[in-house]
Formats: sequence, C-alpha cells, structure tokens
Amino acid sequence: MTGSPEQSITLAELGARMSDSTPQAVALGIRLVTVEPGLAVMAVPHDDKLVGDPESGVIAGGVVTTLLDHVCGLAVTSKLLERGTLGPVATLDLRIDYMRAAEPGLEIVARAHCYKLGHTIAFVRATAFDVSEDDPIATAQAAFAMSARGAAE
Amino acid sequence: MSDDRAQRLTAILERLPYIRFLGMRAELAGDEITGILPFAPHLIGNIVLPALHGGVLGAFMEMTAICQLGVREPGRRLPRTIDVTIEYLRPGRARATFARAEVVKLGRRIVNVHVEAWQDARASPVAALRGHFMLSPLEPPAA
Repeated sequence: MTGSPEQSITLAELGARMSDSTPQAVALGIRLVTVEPGLAVMAVPHDDKLVGDPESGVIAGGVVTTLLDHVCGLAVTSKLLERGTLGPVATLDLRIDYMRAAEPGLEIVARAHCYKLGHTIAFVRATAFDVSEDDPIATAQAAFAMSARGAAE
Repeated sequence: MSDDRAQRLTAILERLPYIRFLGMRAELAGDEITGILPFAPHLIGNIVLPALHGGVLGAFMEMTAICQLGVREPGRRLPRTIDVTIEYLRPGRARATFARAEVVKLGRRIVNVHVEAWQDARASPVAALRGHFMLSPLEPPAA
C-alpha cells in the first residue's frame, strides 16, 4: 500500500474510500460528513437492524464503537496524506466512555481529531453525539500504529 | 438451572437485532459462554489484508460480555456499557472468531469484565477488551 500511487489520491477520495469501499462501513451505512487533515466527521443513520436494546430501541454500543474507530482512522490517514506518508494504519487500542444512550431514531455523528502524529504512532480523540456535540453519547481516545508493512505482525 | 441459562442466552441472541446484523452466535458450557462470530464479508474493515473491522471485534467482545452477564445474572435488564478499553493484538483474519468473558468483579451495580477474542489458537488472541457494565433491576423504581 505504500509507494507513489497512494500519495496521488486527494483528501476527498480518501474520505470517499473510507465510507464507500469498506464493507463494514457500507453495511452500517456510514457516510462521510467532512474531512480535512487530522479532522474527520462521519455519521451513521438510524437503522432498526442496528438496535442493541429492543425495549428502548437504542442503537447498539458496538455501532458507536465501529463508527468511532472508523472516524479515528480517517483522522489519522488524512493527516498522513497531508504529510505525504500515507500507508496502512492499525488501531493499537481504543478506549470508549459511554455517557448516555443514543436517542432512538436519530443519526449518530462522530468527530475525530488526530492531535499528534509521530513516526510510528498517532494519537486521536473523538466524540459521538446525536443532537449536540455538547451532550455526547460517547467519547473515545485511541492510539494507531503506522505499519511499515508487516511491522504489526 | 442450566435450562434457564440456555433460555436466557437464546433470548438475548434472538432479541437483539444488532447481534443478528453481526451474525453472532454463542454456545453455553455450564455457566460459561463462548461467543462465536462466523466470518462474513460485510464484517471486513480492510479489504487489502483482508481483515475484520476493529470496531466489529470490539462490538463482538462487548456483546460476549453482555451475553455472559445476562446468563450469570438473572432478573436484570440488559447490562449497559459504561466504558471499554480494546487492545488490538493481531489482525482479525477472514475466518471465524471466538471470545470468552471473565467476570472479574461483580458489584451490586457495576461489573468489571475482561474479554479475549481469538481465531486459530486461544493462546494467540487477536484482541482483548476490559470494560465496566451497569446492572439494573428488571423493574426500575417509578420516577
């Protein structure tokens, strides 16, 4: 995945690839809202098939987990693209705090900020919300490894 | 007793739409469940490797914890997740994944659970999760 062809893609193409060419993102209906270097916003629309508590109709925490992991990954790769070192990244760890249940029926939005990009490790924070970012559903803190191919093995 | 456990497990697996979305199953041995996530193409997060989406592995381990607590703690609502820390140890390959949850500390309302997920060999886990879950009685007191 490293090499010059990777570096020629645009930020918009990178964002589109994350939402349209990743099977799990397509299955969840994840859509790209905005992306700029180190900052990414993605959303997952409400879908009854993603409910985790049938009594309340609330979307499963696992959907929020996947959305947060995904948007954090885009925050990292968008910053790598800006630096000219785009390549594969892998989540090392992901910590999520669940503040409250998502409002049934609403789209869930997640915003991620890659606030430190080192040579091998990137650090990211993210927030998931529905109505207002000031009233989060969940917050995340993640570390990603930029894999020189096979380095994670 | 074990029939009750099996019924509770089946009830959770069949009632939760998201578990069906993942295609997750679970088997019961005594009071311990093994979560089973058969491979399916829609679970892929990296088409180059290919590898399971990290969020899917996290969600599968969280659901394994919830199923384990549902089996172990009757007469409660579904546990609510307070926080999780997920460690990714190896790429989740395009094959079946298994997980077991260990209840480390069972408080009156808050439970600490460790989960490990593996594919080919239990000794080579692909991911681990540590989390806290909230247990609530079936009938919440009237507001």
